[in-house]
Amino acid sequence: MWAGIILSLRQELMITILIFVLLVYKIGASEYKTNALLNGINLLLLANLIVGFFPCPDATSFSGMFHTNRLIVLEKNMLNLGTLLISLQAYDWLKSHRHVPEFYMLLLATLTGFFFMISSGNLLLFYLGLELSSIPLAALASFDLEKRQSSEGAMKFILSAAFSSALLLFGISLLYGATGTLGFDTIVQRLDGSAFQLFAFILILSGFAFKIAAVPFHLWTADVYEGSPVTVTAYLSVISKGAVFFIFIQLLYTVFKPIATSWYRILIILSVLSITVGNLFALRQNRLKRLLAFSSIAQSGFILAGVIGSSRIGEASVVYFILIYIFSNLGAFGVVSLISAQTGKETISDYRGLYANNPALSWVMAISLFSLAGIPPTAGFFGKFFLLMAGAGKGNYVFITIAALNMVISLYYYLKVVKAIFMDKPEQPIEKLVIPLLPNIAFIVCVAGTIITGLAGWIYDYIYSLSIGL
Amino acid sequence: MNQVPLTHILIVSTALFFIGMYGLFTRRNLITMLMSIELILNSVNINFIAFNRYLYPQRLEGVFFTLFVIAIAAAEAAVAIAIIINLYRNFHSIDVETADEMKF
Repeated sequence: MWAGIILSLRQELMITILIFVLLVYKIGASEYKTNALLNGINLLLLANLIVGFFPCPDATSFSGMFHTNRLIVLEKNMLNLGTLLISLQAYDWLKSHRHVPEFYMLLLATLTGFFFMISSGNLLLFYLGLELSSIPLAALASFDLEKRQSSEGAMKFILSAAFSSALLLFGISLLYGATGTLGFDTIVQRLDGSAFQLFAFILILSGFAFKIAAVPFHLWTADVYEGSPVTVTAYLSVISKGAVFFIFIQLLYTVFKPIATSWYRILIILSVLSITVGNLFALRQNRLKRLLAFSSIAQSGFILAGVIGSSRIGEASVVYFILIYIFSNLGAFGVVSLISAQTGKETISDYRGLYANNPALSWVMAISLFSLAGIPPTAGFFGKFFLLMAGAGKGNYVFITIAALNMVISLYYYLKVVKAIFMDKPEQPIEKLVIPLLPNIAFIVCVAGTIITGLAGWIYDYIYSLSIGL
Repeated sequence: MNQVPLTHILIVSTALFFIGMYGLFTRRNLITMLMSIELILNSVNINFIAFNRYLYPQRLEGVFFTLFVIAIAAAEAAVAIAIIINLYRNFHSIDVETADEMKF
């Protein structure tokens, strides 16, 4: 009995233990060497990632509140992997920071929140997980305490996060009034698509749309992404978004299954708007973090296209794309993070002629951007292809055409960065940068992942075999 | 005994929800905006308690949800006020209009 519960909660417990180890360490040690501490934490995260891959039985515990299966374990492993990569890339920024243990405590607290959110079988646990992740994220966003932009970004983030979860909660309370229960498996039996239930659903959907930065609810994204430290921006755009998509697709496919025809139309509008507006705003950006922010809005539009497919292929392609997105987006953010930590430069014009002195960084950036744009040899192409294929499964070809045309627009701004790096003549080129060991490992993993995930067909097949669909 | 009907309570909570939303969109002082969000959360609490008491009195799910919402609202306010204090140190004001370093 207890062994089963502990085994099914294994990944959450691991992270909680890590948090407590850090807490005790922080209280106990008055003096510590940041360098050794960072190495130790990264080793612990690596151990956590490896333990996560041990097989875990499907289980439902706490009277249906918490459930786990092989797909959920895989999703948690992906989030673990992304967190490890981000932590490796943060090395340059954190080694001169005074609050390293606090940073990791907050980061791991958000990760625990995401894990509980993904595994939840009850709206109460879902809400607790969501808040456990979004409150520490706001604290992380203002982690550069002296920078004006960082505190402004954090202020915008906490207000919009609080507002969006308030909307979500109002929707949950109405749904409770309409069905009289909070468990996912009992709600689905009592949904009949009445106007009251649809109203509750729309409130819940807008709460979600805030979290995944879909277009009418995207206004906070660019400012928060630009203001936060690059590491936190990477975490927000990859891990946070990925985790919210995992639970979003579960909710849509299992809980809101009876009203699938209603959410199908709403999601098409959200998707088209996100792709188009995200791309058009990205065209005029000169600051890289802002460009990546708008590009991530467009990417969530593409992921929504896969969600719309509402089939087994849809679910598999979303999980597969998020895996690719972790590798390629973290590659791009890793380069931005390293250059920003060592030189403080963050605009595209600063990157002119980067190739002259830093060929390795330039190639990492180029491969990641190609993958984000969806150019064939990289995995991004296969990810987008599966997403659009899943979206086309419903026969809505106008929508798929718009999405595909937008991939051409997105090429312009991704290639603008690549052109600046490789072809432009620099006025003041960035001098040769030293890449420390830990970020170097992260770059190798990102580039390898970006290429291999697309070519190794068994990865998609494996994800497909685990997914259930609508 | 004459009970207050459920619709009356729902009207109060919905009004509270929209008052909070209106406050959030029109006020420019960060503390007041935070208070508006608390209003929305309180309207949610009223909803939960009312639905639980009137429609589903056999189980206490709504009441427990309310307890958690109150606790989380306190945590959220703590973090938000910490962020606002830090913002005040950097900008010397808690008006949202002054925090305009980043645009477009």
